[in-house]
Amino acid sequence: MHISVILFGRLAEIESNSISLQNVLSTTELIEQLQQKYPALANEKYIIAVDKKMVTGNVPLNEGSVVALLPPFSGG
Amino acid sequence: MISDNTYERYHHQIILKDFGEQGQLKLLQTKVLVIGAGGLGCPALQYLASAGIGTLGIIDDDVVDLSNLQRQVLYNVNDIGLSKVECAANVLRLLNPEIQIDIYHTRLINTNAVAIINQYDLILDCSDNFATRYLVNDACVILNKTFIYGAVSQVEGQVAIFNHSSENIPAVSYRDLFPEAPAENEILNCAEAGVLGVLPGIIGTMMANEVIKLVTGTGMPLINKLLTYNTSTNNIYKINLVPNKVKNNIAPKTLSELEAYNYELKCLIPDLEISIYDFNETLSKSGVAFVDVREIGEKPIVTEFDYLSIPLSQQERLLNEVPFETIILFCQTGKRSLYAAQKLSLKLGTSKKVYSLQGGIQKWYSERKVIIYGKEN
Repeated sequence: MHISVILFGRLAEIESNSISLQNVLSTTELIEQLQQKYPALANEKYIIAVDKKMVTGNVPLNEGSVVALLPPFSGG
Repeated sequence: MISDNTYERYHHQIILKDFGEQGQLKLLQTKVLVIGAGGLGCPALQYLASAGIGTLGIIDDDVVDLSNLQRQVLYNVNDIGLSKVECAANVLRLLNPEIQIDIYHTRLINTNAVAIINQYDLILDCSDNFATRYLVNDACVILNKTFIYGAVSQVEGQVAIFNHSSENIPAVSYRDLFPEAPAENEILNCAEAGVLGVLPGIIGTMMANEVIKLVTGTGMPLINKLLTYNTSTNNIYKINLVPNKVKNNIAPKTLSELEAYNYELKCLIPDLEISIYDFNETLSKSGVAFVDVREIGEKPIVTEFDYLSIPLSQQERLLNEVPFETIILFCQTGKRSLYAAQKLSLKLGTSKKVYSLQGGIQKWYSERKVIIYGKEN
């Protein structure tokens, strides 16, 4: 199973290239894997969107899902 | 009915399909409050005034600074040092004398927010800090007002319409996305610094566009949608927002809770900031360590006095490597150094005195009038 991840805002500084993950079945698993690979992610705040819909709590992922992590912005 | 003069002013939009005189009348009857007359507020105000929003409120406590002109397009060099809301109102009244403009030269705080916000139909959050953003959100939720959110960070900007309830659509608030204000992130935003003027220009204009669509009932406003635009790639990413099932108990729920709520992290630990005058006084004293907490390579490089360079990312070094009784931290604008001073003072207790240079080295360079000590010794 193939999942791609897009990082926004300052999260893109942690990894600027597109990320693809194999064999992740849920958003919780995905975040665990990402945090192992990028420990800096653990200190960040962000919302999770799966296929352009914000999700809260743990949700299952499907083949080809695109997961976006969006941090808060404050500038004006 | 619309007069000939009014028709002439707005006819380019009146002739739009689905807009018509009805749409124009709706705009003229609407009261919009713009919170923050900076990078986002300037373009938003300009287009809202020109489109004929009947009443525009502008709130901002700031004065115009030379460094604002790069993106705050309502101001010019003659405005430097003058109140932003007054300068903005002068430009907008010339642009469109047919509309009412109210100005509030003050900071939006929890004791004035309700009285001000309550007078308007729609609220634009064009502020530049999390404390104000959470206050706007909470006040709008309690008062049942729709607000249009816009924010920028480096090359990306966000727009959304929050707290808009209509049939079958539950209202989503900013706290559904981020229940608590990320104070630390805000500080690091200051570290990231830097924004091209066109980004808030685009995002502020998008906010005005959302107002016009909402009021006239045309198009597809970003209700419960978060749009992210990247100026570097031109990518637009839109996501649907949903209420957070885990309801938080952090937000104030009533007007009296709102008034008692502490939005400023700053309020927790007062007196950590040192003025430029006092800073200059201490430059000649012994037993004081000056520490630049900016990252290596940030400019301007200070050469006027001696100091240590310990970037915010290596804060723990401040505890071990600074054997002085008084430590004065500085950064570009005073935000990061205040943050570092708060952390440090919590760890040091009363054993040492810790200060942060108010306004940062930028303000020091622009305002220092006192002879510089240190470097010659």
